[in-house]
Amino acid sequence: MKQVQQQYLSKTASKLKPSGIRKFFDLASQMDNVISLGVGEPDFVTPWNVCEAGYASLESGYTAYTANAGLLELREEISSYLSEQFSLSYDAESQIILTVGASQAIDLAFRSIIDPGDEVIIVEPGFVAYAPAVTLAGGTPVSLETKAEDEFKLTRETLEKAITKRTKAILLCFPSNPTGATMSEEELQSVTDVIEKHDLLVLSDEIYAELTYDQTHYSIARLDGMKDRTILISGFSKAFAMTGWRLGYVTGPEEIIAAMLKIHQYTMMCAPTIAQHGALEALRNGRDDLEKMKKSYRQRRNYLVKAFNHIGLSCHMPGGAFYAFPSIQSTGMTSDEFAEKLLEEERVAVVPGHVFGAGGEGYIRCSYATSIESLQEAVKRIGAFVERHKAE
Amino acid sequence: MNEKEVEILEILEENARVPMEVLADMVDLSVEKVEKIIKSLEEKDIILSYSSVINWDKTAGKDGVAAMIDVKVTPKREVGFDEIAERIYRFPEVKAVYLMSGAFDLSVQIEGKTMKEVAFFVSNKLSTLDSVLSTTTHFLLKKYKHDGVIFEPEQKDKRIVVSP
Repeated sequence: MKQVQQQYLSKTASKLKPSGIRKFFDLASQMDNVISLGVGEPDFVTPWNVCEAGYASLESGYTAYTANAGLLELREEISSYLSEQFSLSYDAESQIILTVGASQAIDLAFRSIIDPGDEVIIVEPGFVAYAPAVTLAGGTPVSLETKAEDEFKLTRETLEKAITKRTKAILLCFPSNPTGATMSEEELQSVTDVIEKHDLLVLSDEIYAELTYDQTHYSIARLDGMKDRTILISGFSKAFAMTGWRLGYVTGPEEIIAAMLKIHQYTMMCAPTIAQHGALEALRNGRDDLEKMKKSYRQRRNYLVKAFNHIGLSCHMPGGAFYAFPSIQSTGMTSDEFAEKLLEEERVAVVPGHVFGAGGEGYIRCSYATSIESLQEAVKRIGAFVERHKAE
Repeated sequence: MNEKEVEILEILEENARVPMEVLADMVDLSVEKVEKIIKSLEEKDIILSYSSVINWDKTAGKDGVAAMIDVKVTPKREVGFDEIAERIYRFPEVKAVYLMSGAFDLSVQIEGKTMKEVAFFVSNKLSTLDSVLSTTTHFLLKKYKHDGVIFEPEQKDKRIVVSP
């Protein structure tokens, strides 16, 4: 029967590889007493006023669809939020779509711009969904490897090398999952002429924009000439601890947004109504909670990164997101071996770097969105593990 | 008061038992520097004590009753409410005294072994003070949250164990 079922699958679906994270999820979820540094979401529960707004919307009977692009009131709020926080100007009516998480925005963006044969450069190590999303849209993902010595930032040289005649777009994600790397105004400026010279479109996934600890986030769309060639993707998941609400948004040049809206209206109708009401409250009254969470992440980052360096795993100080990305090369193990043995021997779950694409091998991703007590215990266990395996 | 001092206070207020090395890393200062700051905060009576929040209901043999008493008083010339507040807070059974706005003046929290003991305190010690005009005693039935700490928290992390 299985054989028969297989024959119905599309070539694209059969060829699609399952995410490397899956294996660790399966292993770790069968074990007790696991400290997980493998979770890619905040450890905070959504702020209570936002949850209340969700309840209130149900009580008031807001259970129907919204406009395809989302509640206009919310789009207006996003428009002023982007202007106040990041000095970006987007029109609420024609340039913003609410999506089901930033993930759907990524899918929409690729489906709107890719023709068969088009190449999209993915900056790696990067989020696991980018390359498959390009493939599903019929394009070819091309990985651009960033290096620890560049603090996992994009450079002119590496960008030039990755570009071919078929390159249509480049996907950036700063602050980065998994490396935590950020890029300053000057650093972004240094690559814009390459982008312009080759007439590339930029997909900028700025989902972690609010979570930067050393300097304020600067969006590439702010730079001269970039706004008209940048699709900016963000959402509420990370900044407002709203991952399960599934609400993201995308902004960009009018015509591209119009094309995305066409696909969105046929495939999704609209983002969840209850989540949109929660998000309104988050934007209006969520700043204090956001700042509190951010402060707490920064403290835990400072602790964890120093602790890793102390136990012999060299780790750069990530400027944003909530991940540390230490090197495990001193142990001589692959990241898969390291993660699997660490889980078996010490009951600590981390994500092996190789799942994040080129340049990820030799590293592990450790989320510090977990309590400081758990981080201390995790460091103790990882320290013992490294010590034991160094001696071998 | 600088930013680092406030940050140290916030961390200690949440968890006074955080190891000094961890605290130092969290605020990005050396252990010596943090120790110095804490010492100075203690000397200035900004950090007053390091206490624990305990759910005594879960222990055996330590039953007691707690009450919150609304107290109306006559303030005195020169000293206002401070003098009577001090006379009240000096009783060891008094756990907290606050000056309030609204229908009464002082909110007094008291703990005793039995209801009788609390009643005795109100009728014989508190009400008999010269400035005290009236008292209203509310017995506390159950503590849900105290000083920001929830008494029966759901410990379980509801996130899936590994996610992208």
